[in-house]
Amino acid sequence: MAQTPYAYFPGCTLHGTMLEYNASARLVCEAAGVDLRELKDWNCCGAWSAHTTDYMLGLALPARNLQKAEAMQLPMVVPCAVGFSRMKLAMHEMENPAVLSAVNQAIDKPFKNSVVVEPLLKVLASDSLDLEVKKPLQGLKVACYYGCLLVRPQKILKFDDENNPQTMDKLMSRLGAEPVDWDFKTECCGAGMSMPRPDVVNRLSSKILLAARSMGADCIAVACPMCHFNLDFHQREVEAERKEKIQMPALYFTQLMGLALGFSAKKLMLDKHLVDPMPMLKSKGMAA
Amino acid sequence: MARIGVFVCHCGSNIAGVVDINRTVEAARKMPQVVYAADAKYTCSEAGQSAIRDAIKQHRLNRVVVSACSPRMHENTFRRTVASAGLNPYLMEIANIREHCSWVHGDNKEAATSKAIDLIGMAVAKVTRDEPLTPKRVSMTPRALVIGGGITGIQAALDIANAGHEVVLVEREPSIGGRMSQLDKTFPTLDCSACILTPKMVDLAQHPKITLLTSAEVKSVNGFVGNFEVEIRQKSRLVDHVKCTGCGTCWQKCPENVNSEFDMGMGKRKSIYIPFAQAVPNKPVIDTASCRYIKYLKWAETKEGKKPPECRICEKICPTGAIDWEQPEQILTEKFGAIVVATGFKTFDHSVLGEYGGGRIPDVISGLQLERLMSASGPTGGEVKRPSDGAHPKTVVIVSCVGSRDDRIGRPYCSKICCMYNAKHAIMLKEHDPEIQIYIFYIDVRTGGKDFEEFYRRSQQEAGALWIRGRVSKIHREGKKLIVRGEDSLIGRPVEIPADLVVLATGVEASDGVVGLAQTLNISHDSYNFLVEAHPKLRPVETHTDGVFVAGAAVGPRDIPESVAHGGAAAAKAIGLLSKEELATDPMTAIVDPVKCVSCFACHEVCPFGAPEKETLRDGRTVSVINESKCKGCGLCIVACRPGAINLRGFTSQQVLAEVTSLWR
Amino acid sequence: MQMAGAITPVASSEFLDYVGKQSGQRIMDCYQCGKCSAGCPTAYDMDLTPRQMIRAIQLGLKEEALKSSTIWMCVSCQTCSVRCPVQIDIAKAIEAVRLLAVAEKAPAAEKNVKLYHQVFLKSVEFTGRLYEMGLSVAFNMLSRHPFTGMDILPTMLRKGKLALMPVFKGTAEVEAIFARIKR
Ligand SMILES: Cc1cc2nc3c(=O)[nH]c(=O)nc-3n(C[C@H](O)[C@H](O)[C@H](O)COP(=O)(O)OP(=O)(O)OC[C@H]3O[C@@H](n4cnc5c(N)ncnc54)[C@H](O)[C@@H]3O)c2cc1C
Ligand code: SF4
Ligand code: SF4
Ligand code: SF4
Ligand code: SF4
Repeated sequence: MAQTPYAYFPGCTLHGTMLEYNASARLVCEAAGVDLRELKDWNCCGAWSAHTTDYMLGLALPARNLQKAEAMQLPMVVPCAVGFSRMKLAMHEMENPAVLSAVNQAIDKPFKNSVVVEPLLKVLASDSLDLEVKKPLQGLKVACYYGCLLVRPQKILKFDDENNPQTMDKLMSRLGAEPVDWDFKTECCGAGMSMPRPDVVNRLSSKILLAARSMGADCIAVACPMCHFNLDFHQREVEAERKEKIQMPALYFTQLMGLALGFSAKKLMLDKHLVDPMPMLKSKGMAA
Repeated sequence: MARIGVFVCHCGSNIAGVVDINRTVEAARKMPQVVYAADAKYTCSEAGQSAIRDAIKQHRLNRVVVSACSPRMHENTFRRTVASAGLNPYLMEIANIREHCSWVHGDNKEAATSKAIDLIGMAVAKVTRDEPLTPKRVSMTPRALVIGGGITGIQAALDIANAGHEVVLVEREPSIGGRMSQLDKTFPTLDCSACILTPKMVDLAQHPKITLLTSAEVKSVNGFVGNFEVEIRQKSRLVDHVKCTGCGTCWQKCPENVNSEFDMGMGKRKSIYIPFAQAVPNKPVIDTASCRYIKYLKWAETKEGKKPPECRICEKICPTGAIDWEQPEQILTEKFGAIVVATGFKTFDHSVLGEYGGGRIPDVISGLQLERLMSASGPTGGEVKRPSDGAHPKTVVIVSCVGSRDDRIGRPYCSKICCMYNAKHAIMLKEHDPEIQIYIFYIDVRTGGKDFEEFYRRSQQEAGALWIRGRVSKIHREGKKLIVRGEDSLIGRPVEIPADLVVLATGVEASDGVVGLAQTLNISHDSYNFLVEAHPKLRPVETHTDGVFVAGAAVGPRDIPESVAHGGAAAAKAIGLLSKEELATDPMTAIVDPVKCVSCFACHEVCPFGAPEKETLRDGRTVSVINESKCKGCGLCIVACRPGAINLRGFTSQQVLAEVTSLWR
Repeated sequence: MQMAGAITPVASSEFLDYVGKQSGQRIMDCYQCGKCSAGCPTAYDMDLTPRQMIRAIQLGLKEEALKSSTIWMCVSCQTCSVRCPVQIDIAKAIEAVRLLAVAEKAPAAEKNVKLYHQVFLKSVEFTGRLYEMGLSVAFNMLSRHPFTGMDILPTMLRKGKLALMPVFKGTAEVEAIFARIKR
């Protein structure tokens, strides 16, 4: 299959806690003809902390990575919503020539601010990709969760609708699943509050989980490691607080894609989640 | 030989406080062909005017310059003054030494005085070259066209007809009544909307002076005040309304069900239908988009796809044979002296607001939809049931300012009526079901009308509605509940209310198609497409096109009492116009010199009033001529005409040149 | 927050000007509708809701604003900004206040959040990337809840979810960036 090359910025968590996202992303990309060329020596984009406490740092950290992609003359693809948002928002700030030249000085590299940055979701949901669906996700009700950072502000990120995005839903339909029409697709999960204020994340995640359940979802599909952490890792605490089981699996959209394209649960690292998706997938006949 | 009199006004101290009047009079006296110059404390007063009249007689003046305030103030006054002394009124010029001089140069009296002298010199140069002009008289067609049959148009039509003039009312829907016919009850008195509207609709239909054209639209407008020539498109209804008795057999038997526009999609109608039970006229039309036989006819042309049934049930059962599949669209050409535009409004389409469900949540409805649910003649027979499952809602949340006061979507204005209809909805919901709990999110409650504040208080006292100050950010579904999130900005905390039904108070927007209509009529609209009045305070129903009046919600958000008053006001203006036998037109119009005209017709392009026409001369050349009745004397064509063939009466190029040259003499 | 006595609002304060300029927002356009607070995920935990923060800026109440928990509780989710009917980017205005608070070393009402950012950035400064294990250990030590989340640690390790040391070669370059900006 013809392979389209992209400069790949995985983001810190894909090399850390969220290795299953990285693994599944690489598998489906290869199958779909998306050639991921990882940036050499990429660095942390600064996530929530850099721009929050230091304007220049919030620009320079993403810029060092953007400069690498620019030098490779390839569009940059980002699986992590945090990284995607930081790259795009930094580029927006750097449209101001004075800001751009200050950043150039900080990173000590010539950077023209002329990179195309796309979220992995957009690349993999493109209609032009040849996807061979071997095991359609028939009967799987998926609540697609996009979170904040992938879509807001639409004016700048220019990806999908701020309230009712459709990219992942359409992809899920293409894979044979049934996307759930629900209203929490872009409600905040608490983002980086997980460590300093886990109570905040628990409250917000519980709303999302309960809404998905109330609308009849079998699982939640996500496109961001931070969202995944807040919905999967924190579910345990939500269950403890509410004194009830929720057991709503949160899967990366790349993992669901991988299942439909015929990869095994093991290869897709479905065993990495704290809320085990296997019982649900087995009951649907989607995993052995 | 001209004998010019110059009259310099003090305007109390307005002019005299700055300009040296004595020096000015002296200077005027020395100007060429000036035989008399004098000053007066107030030239416009009766004493001042009679001084002018006396001087004309005594000094045999044949031209007059009044040097005073802006011609906008008193040009007509002084024209009448000189006319009453036997002069042609167009042989008078005004030198504006107040707005153009004393008011703006108070800090330099010396310079102001010499400028005043210059201004008078210019007026003297111009008046020397003035020609006597006579207004043309045109006849008046004593009939009015009313466009739009909502409460505004109905009121205007009835008032004009009752004054004895013929009226044609053009309504594009199959029935008149407008939005008011969709309402259940009306604030602030809660009288039943149909009970007060239907009698007026019937009066209108039966009025001997009124011709009602429904399913009709204005296609083109030509002519000018007193003599508009209007083409009206009468759309084909496929039902012969002369034969039809409105018995209702057809719409009972028609097998095709369609969403009812009148019920805002909350109920169904047939393909052959009257929009609602009290419709006027009470005779059906066939909706060609959904009718099975029409679909069959379209299919028969290509024979592609599945064959639709050949139906024609209505035709078979109609006892009078009124169904007419061949009925053509008709174009009627009618003449009118005046036109009233009352095309009303539509409500904001909330599907653009994703945070409120983007139109996808069935139990998030608009205020107008709630009116239909509460109406005894509505789709649920007046029972308030939620659309998704027919359950009776126990908690209802009303959201204000939806599509209003929102820059994001280009709707920064307040829609004015929704606060009050929210209060009304609260009171009526409670009447329907005493157990209902009502929450109303608002930003400000606007109750500026008569009895409005009391009505708002009633919604709290009688209906127990809890008004919460804050704009709602999000509505989301959780199972069967709708969770509404706002901030109670008075206590400064986020609030969440689990509701069974959410009613969005959608704002007022201009009707569809109004821009095209405004262009046809040559009137303006604002950036929101509301029609623009000639003056927002002093000429609220006139437009810049003489003889065309605007009224009701087409001009901006309005409630029923205001719309009725507005419709009446437009009618009064139209009646005033129609009761004249003839109209005098301003003689200061453009005139083409056929010898100089090179037939480029640039003037036709630029004239905003369509005044230039074509005329073929005896030598075979086709040249431009100006229709004096349409010309407003704006002068655009004069600038556009490259050979300089056009001149403006009373403002000839020669006169303007003389004014300018007077300055360097 | 200043409790006793009446506040003295200032119609055109330096603080208002500063925040307006830094954020590029027309703060005075806000008509206090509350839609920002209504959609804010963390408004429940703020002492000033986003709307009240905008009001504080309008009134020139600099001290209240800098000391608020709001500036630390905001997670930059942008919900407020994209829904504001008068198109104020509230998140950006809050960011301007926060950056001012950092610059003026105002005491942070949400100590843990500020601490989290500091620890996070230290990790990035010295390892180039986020070192999650290091971050959580350091954060827990410094915030004096050393055992938060520790019960799940064995599971995480068993699932291979926590890399023990970061693997990254660009450290020096990133350190240099930090150094240049601090200058
Ligand atoms: C939910 C709701 C509740 C309300 N409740 C109240 C209340 O309780 N009390 C109150 O005082 N007011 C109330 N109002 C306001 C009231 O509806 C308006 O004041 C009134 O309808 C305005 O009348 P109108 O004739 O100017 O416009 P409309 O009622 O809109 O009538 C305009 C007419 O013109 C026709 N038309 C449009 N364009 C053309 C065209 N190009 N050619 C021919 N015809 C055309 C339309 O089909 C329509 O029939 C309410 C409004 C809403 C939305
Ligand atoms: S032909 Fe049939 S579908 Fe069409 S209007 Fe008549 S009855 Fe209705
Ligand atoms: S009338 Fe009331 S609800 Fe309607 S736009 Fe104005 S303030 Fe909002
Ligand atoms: S949403 Fe905008 S206008 Fe409303 S309170 Fe917040 S900042 Fe002010
Ligand atoms: S950006 Fe900050 S203030 Fe705005 S909604 Fe998100 S958390 Fe709240």
